[in-house]
Amino acid sequence: MAQPRTAIVRTADRSAAERLGSVSTGNALELRGVTKLFGALAAISDVTISVRPGERRAVLGSNGAGKTTLFNCVTGDFLPTSGTIRLFGEDLTNFPAHERIRRGLRRTYQISLLFGGMTVADNVYLACLGVSRGRFSLLRPRPSDAIVARAHELIEAVHLTRARDTLVSALSYGQQRQLEIALALAGAPRFILFDEPAAGLSPTERSELVAILSGLPDHIGYIIIEHDMDVALRVAESVTMMHNGRVFKEGTPEEIENDAEVQELYLGGGHG
Amino acid sequence: MADVLPTVAPRKSLLALERIPAPVWVLGLLLLAMPAFASNFVLFQIFGWSFILGMIALSLMVLAGYGGMVSLIQMTVAALAGYVVAILGTSGVTQISLGWPWWLYIPLAILIATVFGTLVGALGVRTEGIYTIMITLAIAAAFFYFTRQNYGIFNGYTGFNNVIPPAWFGVDWRQAVPFYYMTLACAVLSYLAVMWMSRTPFGLALQGVRDNPRRMAALGFSVTAHRIVAYTFASAIAAVGGILLVWQNAQVTPGTAGIPQVIDILVIAVVGGLKRPIGPFIGALIYAILSVFASDILHAIGMSGERFKLVVGLGFLAVVGFSPDGVLGLWDKYQARREANRDPLLGGGR
Repeated sequence: MAQPRTAIVRTADRSAAERLGSVSTGNALELRGVTKLFGALAAISDVTISVRPGERRAVLGSNGAGKTTLFNCVTGDFLPTSGTIRLFGEDLTNFPAHERIRRGLRRTYQISLLFGGMTVADNVYLACLGVSRGRFSLLRPRPSDAIVARAHELIEAVHLTRARDTLVSALSYGQQRQLEIALALAGAPRFILFDEPAAGLSPTERSELVAILSGLPDHIGYIIIEHDMDVALRVAESVTMMHNGRVFKEGTPEEIENDAEVQELYLGGGHG
Repeated sequence: MADVLPTVAPRKSLLALERIPAPVWVLGLLLLAMPAFASNFVLFQIFGWSFILGMIALSLMVLAGYGGMVSLIQMTVAALAGYVVAILGTSGVTQISLGWPWWLYIPLAILIATVFGTLVGALGVRTEGIYTIMITLAIAAAFFYFTRQNYGIFNGYTGFNNVIPPAWFGVDWRQAVPFYYMTLACAVLSYLAVMWMSRTPFGLALQGVRDNPRRMAALGFSVTAHRIVAYTFASAIAAVGGILLVWQNAQVTPGTAGIPQVIDILVIAVVGGLKRPIGPFIGALIYAILSVFASDILHAIGMSGERFKLVVGLGFLAVVGFSPDGVLGLWDKYQARREANRDPLLGGGR
């Protein structure tokens, strides 16, 4: 499988991530009793999940199981009704979204939320800028700026060099998913939430996605929501199954694949 | 949206004159030479006023065009700057005006008005769309009534008269030609500042906030902070416009920031177009011409000259009826049609 030509996370970013991580101990991400109510409806209920630093976890479940709501609670798009969320030991439960990002949390979106009127380069530049100190700068960027150089590296890392100056609205769906990943890798990511990154991709693009995810440095952990079991189980070390907003089962990919209840519920009774 | 990330070598100098397109040269020379062939009335009342209103509308364009926030507070910010000039500087109301030197009251006027605009922004950015308009309109109305009823500081209904610019270099800046050049210089600097800002990291982030605030938060940007800083930037421009407006009228009263004047700034910006910084100046020129000559038009058709707002309103409806993007939108449509008619092989018209 082809590996990315450029190191996805540079040494500088790695040390920045380690600096952020050095103040904390224990799990990378820890959810304790997280519940999100929409009126009387519990989108997720009493969810408790712990992910170790560098661990790659797949969260599986049928539509409506609460996977994306879980992500939205972690990233701060929704505040949970109850429960706590810790990132590397720090309680982020009531932090606004941008503060969580600055602590090394990243996410991609199920439906691409990109800036269609901007070029690929500008999108990645914005992502790099968001986690830098120059966000309010009134000086125009120069080619020699570190952020500009980093943006170009990321574009290369997700194999979009040829489309660098293309408007995002003109990219194929697969390219937009690759760009989503580039945005998630900007700065010093420590933990990434991938929301169905393989949805709508061709078999070739899926292979490329698996290569990119497998090529991530060991210190970056992630949770991936994915309906494509083939992709999910190839890139994950552990699996959490969700059903009706609750954690239903946890285990290794093999354990989950061979679990009779999981087969009945998610894979269909005839599987295996 | 403008590309921000540089893909070519950086400019060696700000004075890259060869990059300036020919039509801009022509317009620039025309504006510089205007006093040679235009009457004092046209220079002072049409162009001077257009540049000032254009600057105040430009501050709205920054918020609405780049930030996606329609604010009705810009005229109030401008009026506050004018009031500060009158209160701290010299005016005909000697019992209130403090008579401080210009190098103190002008920066203070800009600073106080900018802080005021920023505080209003800090309230307004927590809402979206119609609610932002309502909040800013409510504050504008409160300012109008407050200044009208407060005699200790704002001198109530009468306001301040005889507020004139300092005699820098021994020049009377309220004479038509000096005033024209002063307002032209301020308008050009404001325009360039906005153009510059739009291509900086802050400007790019502001446009990102406009297009997709949720994603911007997920990239680490504080959407609220960016919107508030946009108010700061816009308010500084409105404040300079307000000072010039007070000098032009030689007075500032509650009516300077009355509700009709507040709405007029929105009309100017929309008529000109909110997509590019030149739009507000086009809108302001149209507004100034209509306002000045509307009574003559009305008299000619046998109506009362006092109904000049009717002509302005009809002009507004005509423009937005044909092009919701204002005059700039009409120009863009014309360019697109010309482009579509171009022969793909020969390049000429078909």
